[in-house]
Amino acid sequence: MIADIPVTSVRSLDEAYAVLARRAAGLRVLAGGTDLMVQIQARVGLERIGHILDIWKVSELRHVTLDGGTLRVGALATYTDLLRSEAVRAALPALAQVAREVGAWAIQNRGTLGGNVCNASPAGDTLPILIAAGATFVVGGPRGERRIAAEEFFVAYRKTALAADELLLRAELPALAPGERLVYRKVGTRRAQSISRASLAVRARVEAGAFRGVRIAAGCVAPVPLRCRATEAALEGGGPGAAAFAAARAALDGEIRPIDDLRATAAYRRRVAGNVLEQLLAAF
Amino acid sequence: MSATLELSLTVNGETRTATVAPLARLLDVLREAFGLTGTKEGCGEGECGACSVILDGELVNACLVPASQAQGAVVTTVEGLAARDGTPSPLQQAFLECGGAQCGICTPGMLVAGQRFLDGGAPATDAAVREAIAGNLCRCTGYAKIVDSIQRAAATPSPPPGERAGVRGPGDR
Amino acid sequence: MRRAEDMPQGWVGSSPVRLDGLDKVLGRARYLDDLTFPGQLWGRTVRSTVAHARIVRLERDPAFDWSGLTFVTAADIPGENVVQLIESDQPCLARDVVRHCHEPLALIAGPDRERLEEALAHVLVEYEPLPAVFDPLASTQIFKHYAYEREAGRIDEAFVRAARVVEGRYRVGHQEQLYIEPNAVCAVPRPDGGLSLHGSMQCPFYVHRALQRLLGLDDDRLAVIQTVTGGGFGGKEDYPSMIAGHAALLARKSGRPVKIVYGRAEDIAATTKRHPAVVDHRTAVAADGTLLGGEIRIVLDGGAYCTLSPVVLSRGAIHAPGAYRWPCCRVDARAVATNTPPNGAFRGFGAPQTLFAIEMHIEKIARELGLDPVEVRRRNALREGDVTATGQRLRESVSALAALDAVAARAGPLERPPRGARKRRGRGFSLVWHGAGFTGSGEVKLKARAGVELTPNGCRVLAASTEIGQGTVTVFSQMVADALGVPLDAVEVAVPDTSRVPDSGPTVASRTCMVVGGTLAGAARALERRLSAFAAESFGGDPSRVACRGGVFREGARVLAPYSVVAGRHLAEHGPLRIVEQYSHPPGIVWDDDEFRGDAYPVYAWAATAVDVEVDLDSYETRILRAVTASDVGKAIHPVLCAGQIEGGTVQALGWALLEELRHRDGRVLNDRLQTYLIPTALDAPPIETILIENGYRHGPYGAKGVGELPMDGPAPAVAAAILDATGALVPELPITPDRLMAALGKDPA
Repeated sequence: MIADIPVTSVRSLDEAYAVLARRAAGLRVLAGGTDLMVQIQARVGLERIGHILDIWKVSELRHVTLDGGTLRVGALATYTDLLRSEAVRAALPALAQVAREVGAWAIQNRGTLGGNVCNASPAGDTLPILIAAGATFVVGGPRGERRIAAEEFFVAYRKTALAADELLLRAELPALAPGERLVYRKVGTRRAQSISRASLAVRARVEAGAFRGVRIAAGCVAPVPLRCRATEAALEGGGPGAAAFAAARAALDGEIRPIDDLRATAAYRRRVAGNVLEQLLAAF
Repeated sequence: MSATLELSLTVNGETRTATVAPLARLLDVLREAFGLTGTKEGCGEGECGACSVILDGELVNACLVPASQAQGAVVTTVEGLAARDGTPSPLQQAFLECGGAQCGICTPGMLVAGQRFLDGGAPATDAAVREAIAGNLCRCTGYAKIVDSIQRAAATPSPPPGERAGVRGPGDR
Repeated sequence: MRRAEDMPQGWVGSSPVRLDGLDKVLGRARYLDDLTFPGQLWGRTVRSTVAHARIVRLERDPAFDWSGLTFVTAADIPGENVVQLIESDQPCLARDVVRHCHEPLALIAGPDRERLEEALAHVLVEYEPLPAVFDPLASTQIFKHYAYEREAGRIDEAFVRAARVVEGRYRVGHQEQLYIEPNAVCAVPRPDGGLSLHGSMQCPFYVHRALQRLLGLDDDRLAVIQTVTGGGFGGKEDYPSMIAGHAALLARKSGRPVKIVYGRAEDIAATTKRHPAVVDHRTAVAADGTLLGGEIRIVLDGGAYCTLSPVVLSRGAIHAPGAYRWPCCRVDARAVATNTPPNGAFRGFGAPQTLFAIEMHIEKIARELGLDPVEVRRRNALREGDVTATGQRLRESVSALAALDAVAARAGPLERPPRGARKRRGRGFSLVWHGAGFTGSGEVKLKARAGVELTPNGCRVLAASTEIGQGTVTVFSQMVADALGVPLDAVEVAVPDTSRVPDSGPTVASRTCMVVGGTLAGAARALERRLSAFAAESFGGDPSRVACRGGVFREGARVLAPYSVVAGRHLAEHGPLRIVEQYSHPPGIVWDDDEFRGDAYPVYAWAATAVDVEVDLDSYETRILRAVTASDVGKAIHPVLCAGQIEGGTVQALGWALLEELRHRDGRVLNDRLQTYLIPTALDAPPIETILIENGYRHGPYGAKGVGELPMDGPAPAVAAAILDATGALVPELPITPDRLMAALGKDPA
């Protein structure tokens, strides 16, 4: 029963690590509750929840800073924190933009970047941006800290590289260099409070008429948020133009694996991913 | 063996306490432990906004907030919007005059979200108001008269802070 | 001129603050779930997980601790195991066979909701599967079949003469009412063996009769009391009879009050929906777009039980020819059974389905003939004196052209992006009619009764018609205040309680204001005449010259006495005074049920809609930029509430056009959450411009017709027409999801 589930609310990482070190069976981490509380109320997997570690008030995980060329976003930074942050707007405006497209105000006030990452939904709104941006996730636990590249973090459908005694601490993102852009588009189910049907993020610069440093990631077109390496390769070093875009589209088509679900058909996702790719590339 | 929490928080300016499960929803605490039934449940998953309350200055869905995270919090519900003598707030008055309430079940959440928007002080353009209430579903009004109501209230001088039982939030985004 | 009804004091036509508004904005209004009943238990429902099967076993898991829990099956029903409605085919609890997923099988009550949740998982049910039908076109079980014709002998000739024969098939899907307050009731057993049932509902007497039949209770031992209701839209027309029966069975067995409040998922999965429909048109048209004749075939998917399908079908069939003149036509309409949860009432009640079809068909005709679709509408629109497909001569209050012209004028020019843009804009129009009140002889058979009773300061309205957000309480009070000649606050409205109010009929069919309001205004006038005579007698005056105005009885300009003095004296001398009147259908309105011919409705409301859209050719998303509507409601008793009905209905219809569709797999509802069944948010809803036309109806109170359902009819076809205008793709199926639009566009439009 829900009432029987013990909750440990911690206020510091040390306290959190102490709980993680005990490796309680069925331990789940609770942050802003916008996903976990829904699952609990709907009794999804309730029998597998043995203990809850509530980290919402661990203030050292709630920060957004720009230091040199690196944007650091604490795992407990909320979407509201992101969209209000001068640092985000300066370093990676797309991250502020996507934060505004997650749920609506009440969800933005409670949902966290860390929650979006650790939920690892292929539809997670920030994830294509984090991957395309070249984010590194810093994770930690009683055994120490380690760094994982964003595209390595999502290992299978809703499965992450986090060990049972680890927490996501922060994401580190290289800020946009002069001449560089990160553009993205989420195609959702409606105009607010919307879940993605397909999403795409492209980071690149055009130098001497050629695409450089291309990183592309897509959501809702594979079991995991997908870094699209073949698409990147098709573009890298070439110039913008209809032929290059068509080649990139063909490469994307070859590496995505969309499915039919309640929100859209696979055929739709495939076509729209290609359309959105061309639309985003046209902006460079 | 039930896990329990001695919960203490400030609701509409009053200190309230209850012994609850740590995962009890703030929504149930307000409605059942405190008898504040103005806050409604429409979906239980943060989609409809009928349970909107202001928690430590920010709009939240009370159905998604576990009691463990409301410990020591300051909460404003629809019951805390009117003046202490029961006079409707300018926003409540605007809802009455503009036809912002029909069946009334979304109205408490809509008022709380609207109040939080007004407290932020952003200009009440049509787009800004609609974004502020995009998490609050209404099936009766088509939203037109709700937007009108919030805009009318924005143009009405509000009573000095402290007259309302609730608290003001920080600045807008 | 001296009678109050001839000199409205001005409440009618003004927009006072709604009378239930203050409680609602202060958070004081008590909905069912806000009420607590001493000793109350919670009730839950065990539901089938298969679409069609014989129940082989239904029992409690002996390993589970059932102490303190009440368990009810069909065997516990003291009366008939039937949900009382048109047919007696739907059981309150399935006994031997289940005919749809989510069908109620058994009930459990207990004091703790979490334990109930666990108990639900410990009811053991075994099924022996039976073949299930999900496609209405493949169904062989017909709930109802109507066929009617106008000038049948000329139909063949029309097709011979036609410049063109246009055919089309149009489909719409399941739509959920999605009132924000889910279904909720509480049954309270009484010491006399009777029962009080409190609940969120539209039709207390439906519930009353259902409980009588289920429990075998007489009128004296049963009261059904409506609580503040958080939206209905038809979804609380018939379903409350089911959930009330469940709570009542649990309350009778446990001896305790039992509250059942559905969670959102249960409410979406188990309760009634708008009927999906398949409508085929075959039409003979002249080169100028004149309709020469046609055939219309309608199939409605009724779901597993009959519920209200026959009456949804009759309204759908009558509205199917649209707001147009047909020299000859033939309509064939069937409601069939499938193994899905039963479909029922939803704002519009069959008309939105068939009106979508005719409006899209008009678009198709215009396109095939190379004509402006608005001109085709104008050419064929019904005018005063025209005869409808059921043979009804329209004698008054016909506003098809007025509405269309008003919308076209307001809409103005549409700014379009340059050729080749990835976002296209388009504008679509629709023109609809909506019969006010019950179909055919419904009102004649119902004999609705409503009245007023004298209070020391005014009167109390007695009616079973419910406030569900649309403004019943306020509008009734305005009409009665004007008829009685008293201030608005002198009128109170009794809580609909079947033991205290007469049966004014269900709160459906856009009938509350016109039919019940008119009856109430009549009763209030009768009360005013009675009191005027009494005032003349008591205070001296010529009874024929005494009237109440502004709360004071006067003879001409001479004040006789304030209302409260007259009322107080009347109450002291004669005791309680209650005047209840029966609705009388206007003379000359005649309907033949057997022939399906005649005056289908006493009068019609009319509406035209223009919608501007922007279609994104990359994502196939449609954004609604603007909606303009013109609605002839006869008389807007309360213009703000009236506009609120139109705006709310418009957005509900826009949701149906683009977003809303319940999906099933093997008869099981897939999208039973608000995260998966999407309705418009404030950002999806466009700005709406509402034009009210007041083309009065001579037999309506102050000229009023109906408004509640009208706005559900026109917006969806206008959206589809706008998408056609923007992209060249006619999508013949609602909702027009991006997936469907992508399929319809094939490759990109030129």
